[in-house]
Amino acid sequence: MRMPTPDAKIISKRSIIVERLQQIVPRGAFGENVIIDSAGLSAYECDGLSAYRQLPLVVVLPETTEQVSKILKYCNETGVKVVARGAGTSLSGGALPLADAVMLGLGKFNQILNIDYANRAVVTQSGVTNLSISEAVSAADFYYAPDPSSQIVCSIGGNVAENSGGVHCLKYGLTTNNLLGLEIVLMNGDIIKLGGKHLDSEGYDLLGIMTGSEGLLGVITEVTLRILKKPETARAMLIGFDDAALAGDCVAAIIGSGIIPSGMEMMDKLAIKATEEFVHAGYPSNIETLLIVELDGPLDEVTDLIARVQNIVNGLGSGYIRVSESETEREKFWAGRKAAFPAIGRITPDYYCVDGTIPRARLPEVLMRISKMSQKYKLRVANVFHAGDGNLHPLIMYDANKLGELERAEEFGTEILILCVEVGGVLTGEHGVGVEKRDLMEKVFTEEDLKQQQRLKCAFDPNGLLNPGKVFPTLHRCAELGRVHIHHGQTPFPDIPRF
Amino acid sequence: MNKSLIPHTKKEVLDIIRATINDKASIEIIGAGSKRGWGRPYQTSELLDLSKLSTVTLYEPQELVMTADAGTRMEDVRQILAENHQHLAFEPPDLSLLYGGSKNTGTLGGTVAANLSGPRRIQSGAARDYCLGFVAISGRGEEFKSGGRVVKNVTGFDLSKLLSGSFGTLAAMVSVTIKVLPSPEKTRTALVFGLDDKMGIQALSETLQGPFEVNAAAHLPAGIAKNSSIARINTQGQSVTAVRLQGPAISVEKRCQGVKALWQCYEGFEELHSHNSDGLWSEIRDIGSLLNNQSNQIWRISVPPSEGADLVAKIRSDIQCKTFFDWGGGLIWLATDGKLEGVGTIIRSALRLAGGHATLLRGSSELRLTSDVFQPQEPALYRLTKSVKDNFDPGRVLNPGRMYEGI
Ligand SMILES: Cc1cc2nc3c(=O)[nH]c(=O)nc-3n(C[C@H](O)[C@H](O)[C@H](O)COP(=O)(O)OP(=O)(O)OC[C@H]3O[C@@H](n4cnc5c(N)ncnc54)[C@H](O)[C@@H]3O)c2cc1C
Repeated sequence: MRMPTPDAKIISKRSIIVERLQQIVPRGAFGENVIIDSAGLSAYECDGLSAYRQLPLVVVLPETTEQVSKILKYCNETGVKVVARGAGTSLSGGALPLADAVMLGLGKFNQILNIDYANRAVVTQSGVTNLSISEAVSAADFYYAPDPSSQIVCSIGGNVAENSGGVHCLKYGLTTNNLLGLEIVLMNGDIIKLGGKHLDSEGYDLLGIMTGSEGLLGVITEVTLRILKKPETARAMLIGFDDAALAGDCVAAIIGSGIIPSGMEMMDKLAIKATEEFVHAGYPSNIETLLIVELDGPLDEVTDLIARVQNIVNGLGSGYIRVSESETEREKFWAGRKAAFPAIGRITPDYYCVDGTIPRARLPEVLMRISKMSQKYKLRVANVFHAGDGNLHPLIMYDANKLGELERAEEFGTEILILCVEVGGVLTGEHGVGVEKRDLMEKVFTEEDLKQQQRLKCAFDPNGLLNPGKVFPTLHRCAELGRVHIHHGQTPFPDIPRF
Repeated sequence: MNKSLIPHTKKEVLDIIRATINDKASIEIIGAGSKRGWGRPYQTSELLDLSKLSTVTLYEPQELVMTADAGTRMEDVRQILAENHQHLAFEPPDLSLLYGGSKNTGTLGGTVAANLSGPRRIQSGAARDYCLGFVAISGRGEEFKSGGRVVKNVTGFDLSKLLSGSFGTLAAMVSVTIKVLPSPEKTRTALVFGLDDKMGIQALSETLQGPFEVNAAAHLPAGIAKNSSIARINTQGQSVTAVRLQGPAISVEKRCQGVKALWQCYEGFEELHSHNSDGLWSEIRDIGSLLNNQSNQIWRISVPPSEGADLVAKIRSDIQCKTFFDWGGGLIWLATDGKLEGVGTIIRSALRLAGGHATLLRGSSELRLTSDVFQPQEPALYRLTKSVKDNFDPGRVLNPGRMYEGI
């Protein structure tokens, strides 16, 4: 993976940059806020895509929005690149440092600012973890719906930057559907408030554009979220199939019958076995594919819907259904799924998590082709799948110490993603493009599509200093992108009726 | 009069926009033209009428997805979906009573471009939340696309959000892909009568904080309720506070009982069943008939729900107006007569403390030219907005000035 060549001039000015950052963010009550020693910097050298590593020029940990504004303005004026970082759990290398860039960590933005039940909203600083928001409102029986498996550690700002999802997104939406407002800081230092506790602010939907912008448009300092009342009941079903195609039919039949479960996950044999050995969730061992279907709502509704799902399943001839009888059992059903990544981690030295989305109906075919690829690349793969919304997570197992295996695993992953695109899906459902899928963007988008996206970046960051080298395979200068093409020789639409 | 151009293909749209750019001219984009009164008045040399781009090109009910040309009639979209017991969960309104014209004329492109939504907004979102992808021609005369046909997609910037609510000022969408959902099996509306604004919104807030999965919550003062066509609503001579419950029959019944128990402390609990429920919520969604449609200024105000009642009281101390509340108090419809230019100023200064924004949905062109139709932006936000426009439509070819001066 090639990154932009580091700017030696900037690196040579490191001590001046450090000094200025120290002026803006003085030493705090808990120690230095500007990290320069290599031991300290190494804690930031990678995110969740740990195959790529790079020490940042310097790390700065501001405590206020004004400090963020001053840092960005200074960097903008002196041409210094900036990479924002939340908790560093990105699986696509979005928070990968650059040798000539300031890493701006939001770890000190760790306060929940306001809980407002009357307006069903929480205002929080961006470094707060996803789970702590739900915990803060739990006593009043509220929660924040999007629940990435990394929710104990990932930051809400990172969730916004990646538009993260979770197992409950099928019914309750992704981050973007649960976001009310943001405070952002642009590279030029402008502090901008978008939205608030009200809905649908007028003007361009910059709130929507910031969501999923992977740290390329602005730094998020404050987030206003919609919180929901916890459902009265939730029950999960384990449904086993001898054939992945039948499981796929089952997913289609449930949705087709008008039921939107709160979660619908699928695991293949290898994933079932690995998680069962790891957390003993009680999954059956003699099946090919396991579906976990959760239904939530008022008790009677859940009972009714479970009966309907049971009917569908019986019609398809599944041999195995179990319905959770208690909250503990329901949590146990989920424990296996939520621990799927680490469970695979136990049976292989390394694994590579792929994240594509496909139209649901193509699932059986895609699974079959992945299994063929597994033979071709001679690498095992376990499949974990947000089946309800077609989001696929094949986990490719490899050993980085064996020559060429990492490269083979990456090639395998690439072939899966290209297959996803080929069947009408996309390169990434929730983990982002980052550096990982950057060079595949041309498989989905034309040059003009990508240029138009980059023009949007130009509107926010005309000097291209925020997180460069991520998302876009080619860097264009904004001046070049801004040029208007003259379309010579067009016949001015002779066939079109005029009045 | 500007001249009308009616393309039948994407290629023709592209050619028209390119020719317009070359001529240094400008263009007004319309679908069915059903919302032309929404926005600042502006002059263009040409009118780009997309109504002939009207084919539904993909509909897969089990995948919950539809792709259709931007000029596809909403009426057709609704009908095709209804045949499969599906619908657009964001409940886009029919604004024909507000802007004149025949009923149900809007198009899919217009619905997305105006980011429409209805009472279910509080639970299910607006058009922005359902637009999965599009193909469009920018004001630079280039075709581009974004998104796709799947819900979970973070491949590149989410330009579908940007075009939703951009009122055709950035690009002309030629095709749109939307997420569709199963229609609810059963509907019931719980009502109480005679509460003032503050208590009404309080009652709504109680249900929204409960486990009832309320998906619409409105309060109609007595003067508004009397305009309803539903007998149970218009004969009371009192205000009506209403919440809607939808879902499987057994669940709706249970939740309705739950709301009834919660609302014991108020007078006269009643329920509306499917037919009357649908009637009431379409009146609330489409606005015009409840406001009696005489007023020459109609404002749409979005606020934090808990601020709704106080905000209206404050505005009322300065202007005579009719108001009602949707979105649990968070959406205020305000109608007033006369040519008062100061109305916007009064509303917006009241909003300064509460937070939120106000849009002039209907007003004379004179009024829409002299007062801000959309909420005025802080300088930094305006600069960013302008910079976005510069990057999509540098020559101000598409709907120039419809949202803000210079945009
Ligand atoms: C075990 C594991 C399980 C996971 N499960 C899921 C899952 O179920 N669903 C899912 O969607 N993801 C999942 N992820 C991916 C990851 O947790 C999410 O993408 C998460 O939202 C990243 O948050 P973060 O705070 O760690 O961001 P980081 O990794 O620090 O940053 C991610 C990107 O966001 C930018 N960024 C971060 N904070 C800000 C900010 N304040 N302002 C501007 N830009 C910012 C960064 O520059 C970077 O580009 C998982 C990761 C792991 C390791």
